[in-house]
This record gives sequence, C-alpha cells and structure tokens, in this order.
Amino acid sequence: MTHPLDYNPEAIRAEHVSVRSRVEAYLKQIEQHKSLNAFIHVFAGSALKQADTLDDKIRQGTQTGKLAGMVIAVKDNIAVKDATLTCGSKMLENYISPYAATVIERLLAEDAIIIGKTNLDEFAMGSSNENSYFGAVKNPHDTGRVPGGSSGGSAVAVAAGMCDAALGSDTGGSIRQPASFTGTIGLKPGYGRVSRYGLVAFASSLDQIGVFSRTPSVAAQTLAVIAGADKRDSTCADEDVPDYHARLNPSMKDITLGIPEEYFQDGLDGDIRNGVRSLIDKMREAGARVREIALPMTEYAIAIYYIIATAEASSNLARFDGVRYGFRAEDPGDLNEMYAQTRAVGFGEEVRRRIMLGTYVLSAGYYDAYYRKALQVRRKLKEDFDNAFEHCDLIVSPTTPTPAFALGEKADDPLAMYLQDIYTVSANLAGIPAISVPAGTSNGLPYGMQLQAAPFNEQKLLNAAQFIHSLNLT
Amino acid sequence: MSVNHDDIKKIASLARLEIPEDQYAHYAGQLNRILEYMEKLNEVNTDDVAPMYNSLERTNVTRPDQVRPSLPQNEALKNAPLKGDGFFRVPKVVKK
Repeated sequence: MTHPLDYNPEAIRAEHVSVRSRVEAYLKQIEQHKSLNAFIHVFAGSALKQADTLDDKIRQGTQTGKLAGMVIAVKDNIAVKDATLTCGSKMLENYISPYAATVIERLLAEDAIIIGKTNLDEFAMGSSNENSYFGAVKNPHDTGRVPGGSSGGSAVAVAAGMCDAALGSDTGGSIRQPASFTGTIGLKPGYGRVSRYGLVAFASSLDQIGVFSRTPSVAAQTLAVIAGADKRDSTCADEDVPDYHARLNPSMKDITLGIPEEYFQDGLDGDIRNGVRSLIDKMREAGARVREIALPMTEYAIAIYYIIATAEASSNLARFDGVRYGFRAEDPGDLNEMYAQTRAVGFGEEVRRRIMLGTYVLSAGYYDAYYRKALQVRRKLKEDFDNAFEHCDLIVSPTTPTPAFALGEKADDPLAMYLQDIYTVSANLAGIPAISVPAGTSNGLPYGMQLQAAPFNEQKLLNAAQFIHSLNLT
Repeated sequence: MSVNHDDIKKIASLARLEIPEDQYAHYAGQLNRILEYMEKLNEVNTDDVAPMYNSLERTNVTRPDQVRPSLPQNEALKNAPLKGDGFFRVPKVVKK
C-alpha cells in the first residue's frame, strides 16, 4: 500500500516538502475521517508548532534528527508529557501525564512529530475496539466492521492516511490483529526490545510497544529509534540495536520458512488459507526454503494467555483506587466503599470481568490449579518455539482466522472474542518478535500474513515484510 | 470447579469492585464458561515443569543506589481527585 504522503526524509531535508505542509495534510485527513473515531485527542496546535520549528532548523541548515518530519500517532496508553492519557477509560478521562514515556522522548529527540493520541479498547483489553469509553473505532475498509483491537485507533490512523506511523501496544495481538484487519503493517518487537517505561501496564510479562506503518521502511526507521536498553525499565534488555533500515534486505535466499500445521486448522477463512499458501509459494520461488514444523502447544495458547493476562491485569489495575489520580466515586461512605464504587463506575464491563477472572485464578485454593498450571504450560509452549527455531528462520501463518468481523458481532460473547487471538497470543507468551504484513483481501477485506522470529531477530521480520511489500499484493 | 454466588461475592470483595447482587448470576455464568475452557490445560502433563514467569527470565537487575530527581510534590498531586496541605485526601478511616 502506497500513499501520496509517504515519508521521504531526503525530500524533507532538501526542502522539497515542508514539514508544515505534511502536518497540515495529515490534520486534514484526520478531520475528514473524524467519523472513524480513530483519535481521542489531536494535537493540531503543538504539531504545527513542532513542524515550524523543524522547518526553521532545516532552512538554517541545522542538523536534524533521524525521523525529521515523520508524523506519528500514539496509542492513548503511552504517556506524552502534559497530554491526556485516558487508556480509553472513564477512570483516566481527565488524567494529564506529568511525564513522557521513554519511546516518546526518543521519538521527539529524533524530530518526529506527535500528532495525537489514538483510541483503544479500555486499558488495551479487547480485540475489536468496541470497549472504549470514547466509543468504537470503525474500519475504513467497511465502516460496519471493527478495526480490530486493542490498538484499533492506531491501525486506522495509519490505514486511512492520518499519519506516517503509529505506536501501539501488543499484549496478545493488539498490534498484529488490527494491522491484519486494516491492511497495515504491524510490528510487535520481542520482549525486552523496547522500553515500557510510560506504557500503562496491562500484563507486564506480555506487554510490548510496537509500530504500525504502511511501509516496512518506516517501521524499520521507527523501531531503530525506540528500541534499546533503558535504565528506567529493568525488563528492557541490554542488546545492541542494529540499523534496521540500512540493513533492510528483501532477499529470500537462504531463508527457511517454518509452516506450523496447527495454524491452518478448521475455523480458518478459505480465502486467507489460500492467500497465505500462495504467498508462501511466492517466497519459495524467490529462494526461500519451506518446511513443516510442529507447535503442539498451540491449542492451549488461549487458555494460558487469558489466565496469565487477567492475573497480571488484576494486580496492575489495583493502582486505580481513586486516591492518587483518576476518577473517584462521589460521596463514598468509608474508604473501602470508595475503592469499590470508584472501580465499579470507573472501569467498563470487559475490564471488570478480567479483574474478576484474574483475582479468581490468583486466589487461595485456585492459584495452583489455574495460574501456576498456566505458567508451566507456558514453558512448554516456549520450548515448542525454541525447537522450531532450530530448523527455521521465520514461522509463517495467517495473523487472524478471519477478516474484520461486524461491529457488535462478538460483543456479547467474551470467549468467542478471546478465540480471535488464537494465532497471535503465542508470540507474547514466548516473548518473541512478530509482524503482520498485508497479504491480500477476502471479499474486499484485508488480511495479514504473520511472521514470527527468534528473540532479537526483528531484522528478519522486516526483511521478509520488505519482500512481501515489493509484491504489491494489496 | 464451578464459581457460585458466594465466590462472586468473595472475588468482588478481594478485587475491591462493587458488584450489585442481581449481577452475580451474570458474572458467575460468564466466568464459568471461560474457566471451563481453561480446564483444557489439565490435558497437559506438567510434572517437573518449572513455571515460566516471563520469557527473558532475567533476575536481579540492579542499578547504583543513587538519589535521582523525582516528580516534585505539586506535580505528583496534580491529578489527585482530592488533596490538601500537600497530601492526598481520602474519607475518614478511623471510626469515632
């Protein structure tokens, strides 16, 4: 997918395109697509001011950053200093962040422009973006359908041409699934690749910040800036960050693709199955080796995921108690009533349900049966991946079993919604990087191919994405 | 294992979530359906398998014990729903 506004740093530095004109064009797109509800807040004033400052710098010949003039939208669970940080929740409707996330500091230091905060499922819990206090986000390919979630606003902002790139967070597929549904590239880096300082925690052993873009090149440039060790996040690994962009190489030669039969079972849309298979053939024709691999723990991934994710969420969300920040229920009787009423009113239904489930699986008498058991099977699932990567470079599959579903279709059936994440949750459980790349359409709706790689092999994902992008499939 | 009325009451209290009694059945139904699906994990033999808490399994990441700048008090209090004299204010805890 190409776009007239596609980011070209050389043209910006050579003053062929002003940063202001790009920001103005994107602001116009945002205004035109308002009904998609992708943004919670648009920083029109500050983005234009940032653009003018940058244009001045370029005119004066001052050195500019690596992302000079790149226009980026940010999921509203990542802190931008002095801006709202709602997490799509009534709980944080009026919260103003007193600090910036590490990823935001790094983007700004490289002269990227932050254009606004995007809509999301409340506290990143959902697969449809229908769980936002600020209303559902709509899919630009069919406004009767969901954009996916939880980073639905970021996906739509990129898909409908409202920015060059967008940050999202991915705990069980929240970047890759909406990328698949909206025809965008969605990259979830591996665990420890990108600092989570300033990301509002949902499930700390699974959460990762990642990138949406229309081109692999923009994803590579952005990742190179946001990745790398951070003293303020002890889970962020001290591993070298390659120049992903300079090293982008679409060659499929000497690449071994692993095909897990478990990802092509019943329930997979026929067009997606055929499209992904035929794309694998194209990769083979371009020089890739293809082999079958086994990931036998796949059928347990959803069960493991929803135990661990809800357990960690119930603990992380304990901080929203109406004392230090956020919503507080009016006229509570005593302190305990204040907590209970604040949380009952401040959180939406899905968040309440997950807190209940997480509290249950961690409670005395059930901890071993559910939580500990899930952590044990998680290790077995991780071992599946370790074994697979002894025999292949990339694990290739569909990203989602179906294209975007209709608004409201799964809203009353939490388990059906959870099963949407069947192909995506394993990467978070195993801590590996994964990407969704547009691979075709089914009845006019886009779908993605998912590629998964061993830890710290984001380069391989971006290279394969570059190959697929060059085929102009969508 | 099945979640009943009393379990919902107990979990809601542990989670500090006020749930009206007429919604107990609704929550119990949904939680039971999800938990029933999770019972699937019992098919997997996990004897002698250590739990995996996170995928990098790094432990004891330390840093020098140095005083560094932190949020000033007025900034830290800025988002508080109720504050006074440099403190967060909450309903009275000590009963008369």
